[in-house]
Amino acid sequence: MQVTNRLKPFFENITFEREDNTMVVNFGPQHPSAHGQLRLILELQGEEVMKAYPDIGYLHRGIEKMGENMIYNEFLPTTDRMDYIAATSNNYGYALAIEKLIGVEAPRRAEVIRTMLLELNRIISHLFWLATHALDVGAMSVFLYCFREREFAMDLMEDYCGARLTHSAVRIGGVPLDLPENWTNDLEKFLKIFEEQIGIYEGLLTENRIWKMRLENVGILSPEMAKSWAVTGPALRGSNVKWDLRKEMPYGIYPELDFNIPISDKCDSYGRYKCYMAEMYESIKILRQLVPMYEESDTQLMAHAPEYISATKEEMMTQNYSLMQHFVLVTQGMRPPVGEVYVATESPKGELGFYIVSDGSPYPYKLKCRAPSFWHTGLLQDILPGHQLADVVTIIGNLNIVFGEIDR
Amino acid sequence: MRAYTPKNDVQQKSYYNDRFYVTPTLEKQSVYNDSTLSSDYIGFNNAFTVNDAYIELDHLVLIINPEDNVNAIEYLKTYRGYDMMMELTAVDYVASKGGFEIVYELLSTTKRRRIRVKAFINNGDAINSVEGIFRMANFSEREMFDMYGIYVNNHSYLKRILMPDDWQGHPLLKTYPLQGDEAASWYEVDKIFGKDARDVIGPELRDAACVDRYDTERFARLGHEVPFGAEISEGNEPDTPIQYQEEGGVKLFGATLVTPFDKLEKTQLKERK
Repeated sequence: MQVTNRLKPFFENITFEREDNTMVVNFGPQHPSAHGQLRLILELQGEEVMKAYPDIGYLHRGIEKMGENMIYNEFLPTTDRMDYIAATSNNYGYALAIEKLIGVEAPRRAEVIRTMLLELNRIISHLFWLATHALDVGAMSVFLYCFREREFAMDLMEDYCGARLTHSAVRIGGVPLDLPENWTNDLEKFLKIFEEQIGIYEGLLTENRIWKMRLENVGILSPEMAKSWAVTGPALRGSNVKWDLRKEMPYGIYPELDFNIPISDKCDSYGRYKCYMAEMYESIKILRQLVPMYEESDTQLMAHAPEYISATKEEMMTQNYSLMQHFVLVTQGMRPPVGEVYVATESPKGELGFYIVSDGSPYPYKLKCRAPSFWHTGLLQDILPGHQLADVVTIIGNLNIVFGEIDR
Repeated sequence: MRAYTPKNDVQQKSYYNDRFYVTPTLEKQSVYNDSTLSSDYIGFNNAFTVNDAYIELDHLVLIINPEDNVNAIEYLKTYRGYDMMMELTAVDYVASKGGFEIVYELLSTTKRRRIRVKAFINNGDAINSVEGIFRMANFSEREMFDMYGIYVNNHSYLKRILMPDDWQGHPLLKTYPLQGDEAASWYEVDKIFGKDARDVIGPELRDAACVDRYDTERFARLGHEVPFGAEISEGNEPDTPIQYQEEGGVKLFGATLVTPFDKLEKTQLKERK
């Protein structure tokens, strides 16, 4: 680290004093293929990467600091801004952590709706990944097709909660709204179209010679390295580790659902691509199972826990004490028990965890968001050396990093 | 008399506390409640000093001495199958206990169990790096250093990660002010334009919701547009009603390109195509 003082100011650019003929390239933070504000300092020998150093922090907003100075309900919309491609998974991870802390379980219908939103969001996120990754590698038309289907999925999101990107559709203790009329029919219609469309994407890419040349044996991530770097999600499953929290340490209604965990033993970018594609099919399968579960469920949407969660609108408007308690919960906030909780959920990118230390006050004493992309970015310094400069773009795109959750 | 606010914790506090409210505490269960975790605990207890151990919300919590951290985590990885470290962070207890709690969150993919290893260090002490065991600590320990100012021994590249390299202070400390101080409000001006430009640019605007209707340089006046930089503060604010070019329809070489919207004539789709 540079020691700075008034006479010796800090130098932004790292000085490389060397006698060999390597070149230092500053990739980003405004590079379109950097998927956000990633600055990557690459040391090149010809076109081969000798050293890579990811520099992050360009999107740091202090979300954890904000969380420590907000009441629990107030922070929920802020979590949208972490992984903004899959906002519901952030909302859900946070809500689930608080529910575990206060010992409340969401009613069944709320849990079904949440899982629908989660899986729909997984499709949205994976489509976004495929679109941008294919665009980086040079397949322009896939980008257009993926974004068309993603629009349809986001229309469904909009029909439910009114927002397309930052949903905040989950609350601590349940969901605020029931599904609108005909939503499940629209969902079925979308799934039918979407299932056909994935076949088209796969037809364009899976056996495509250029796609295979660009992805096969690029970014080989051994299972040991993946575990050491705390890599999770499709990137870990692409490295032949069968680990999906929805199956291995299930939460919500996932134990009741029938789905598979796709894994690949290739450990390269192509294997991860296959995992992503298979996961979209699994999400369709889950969504199809959820529709009848929704219809059979009871209509309660928010958990009944007057100490922590506001009563329903109807109760509030008819019972004085419900309204008073609602005022207290809105102005002062809920006071969870003293203790610590770490709850992890499987977001589209990997394990999204919330570590919360509560000291019994309405503000969390410590709130740490474990965002999977943070370590996927750190991994770049180990995985990039030895690759060609063109492969750097493939690997960055393939690891599916989103800067909202890396910098927080 | 004004209430005393401690300077070592300047974070948001609740403004009202019921004197008779008893805060509940999460139940800390015995480690012997879970057979897998209890065997891990017994093996661990034979090798290292355990100050406290309990199960809290399905996590085995082990509180160890900070000098044992590297060996303890290596033991858990090699002999107990905790093959992934999911999270590494610190909790600031400087105000109450005079130090930090370092938290290691471990996961076993074979046993499907999670362990939280915690160690308390005094303010100003350093902790040894676990980067040699889990590479993910390379980034996490940098983040911990950046956010709390905790030095990590034997780290390969201990440097700020999220904040700029020349930043003063560590943001997640409880002593860190919630409003930026005087120096922070000039940070970007000094950095980008130099100190001489302070008079021209002014300090950073702290109120994110601030809208100045008379500032025609920085704020757009939708529907009430005036030329850029026009002086309108002295009561000469022009009345500019909204007008659309297309109001009477758009014509191109005599042919009608856009017909004006007629609510009675147009139909709305019943359902999405």
